Amino acid sequence: MIHLKNRSLVSITDYSKEEILKVLDIAEGFEKDQRQKILTNHVIASLFFEPSTRTRLSFESAVQYLGGSIIGFASAGTSSVKKGESLKDTILTVSNYSDLIVMRNPLDGSARFASEVSPVPIINAGDGANQHPTQCLLDLYSIRKTQGTLENIHIALVGDLKYGRTVHSLVQALSLFNATFHLVSPESLKLPSGVKKWIKDAGLEYEQYTELSDVIPVADIIYMTRIQGERFPDPMEYEKVKNSYILNNSMLEKSKETMRVLHPLPRVNEISEEVDDNPKAYYFQQAKNGVYVRQALIAAILGLKE
Amino acid sequence: MKNKRTELKVSAIRNGTVIDHIPAENTFRVFALLNLESSSDHVYFGTNLESRKLGKKGIIKISNLFFKPEEISKIALVAPHATLIEIRDYEIVKKEQVLLPEEIHKIVKCVNPKCVTNNQNVPTYFQVIYDHHGKMKLACRYCEKTMSMKDVAFV
Repeated sequence: MIHLKNRSLVSITDYSKEEILKVLDIAEGFEKDQRQKILTNHVIASLFFEPSTRTRLSFESAVQYLGGSIIGFASAGTSSVKKGESLKDTILTVSNYSDLIVMRNPLDGSARFASEVSPVPIINAGDGANQHPTQCLLDLYSIRKTQGTLENIHIALVGDLKYGRTVHSLVQALSLFNATFHLVSPESLKLPSGVKKWIKDAGLEYEQYTELSDVIPVADIIYMTRIQGERFPDPMEYEKVKNSYILNNSMLEKSKETMRVLHPLPRVNEISEEVDDNPKAYYFQQAKNGVYVRQALIAAILGLKE
Repeated sequence: MKNKRTELKVSAIRNGTVIDHIPAENTFRVFALLNLESSSDHVYFGTNLESRKLGKKGIIKISNLFFKPEEISKIALVAPHATLIEIRDYEIVKKEQVLLPEEIHKIVKCVNPKCVTNNQNVPTYFQVIYDHHGKMKLACRYCEKTMSMKDVAFV
């Protein structure tokens, strides 16, 4: 039996393969019928200790579509944190006012700690550079939706593979589904060895590339991420590589018909705007899928969907 | 024979505990970890002693104090090959290796400055893991970062 009820979601590894699939199945139901008013008697707290546009609005939209009420704050500056309140006290107080807490906090590990002290379940909406599990779930939903399955996918992960937390979580999750990983990054932004170890431990394969064009014909999914110039110790190196990681329509000509391009957003310039109209571009739909997935999570954790 | 001579440099104790095979550079860390500076009984220690096993080692002898291996497991973090010797009436009655627990609670600081444990009143919690080279590391339960033993700092 799968029990998601009353369980916090802090890290994608908190969920088994079956539990991940359960959330995606429930999310499919919300894609078919989004306005199911099953949350009318519930209050959700949305505590954003640092600003976020996409994630916060996506969660708030999910709650509104479900007919629930939402309370909270959008930055630490407008909360009692400014007066020096501890995270523990904020969580204990807000848990008196709500059935579930969605939290983003700049401190790594803050979500795990919150889940330990909170009497109501916590959904981690990003804890510093550590975890962002709902992004991972919506990525998985988008992959399954576009490919019909999560099993045996060839995924090209492109850009900053060293610091990108969404990439790390996605590697962890897809390791449960027999994926083959094509890792495309500049030398200095390669996937950390600890993350590669998960791939090896799962008995799976990966290949590393420095040229994006090499992986385009083999990929089922191209997952683009932003390369931040300030990550490079040597600005010359950044200048050398920055244009080779910009995806455009002519590069996509060699890709499979069923291939789709994903991006966690915000995009800066790593996908040319001309690609937006290409049927292989899926990143805005991907963001939309985030609402279904968050509806599913909230409903499952509150025991409103099984 | 070398070992015997180094033993003689530190007085024998009648009853108590000897901690041998401490890496020399960590002798004082072990001393501090066991809070020996506040001991009112005889405590002898030597460091930079010759050791076939470690090159240079430290040794601490504590009168009238006895430990269970799990009580001093925290010293295994800085002295993983240390031996714990129980002395009764000048005789060795027990000799065992220190044991590293699977989890380390409260005593170690997380190396990540952005970890919640370094910014809020949250006691630390680590799992002892081994990397693919078999090297011991600590994984923080909160920020999920792993740190190597050379980065270990105590709370």
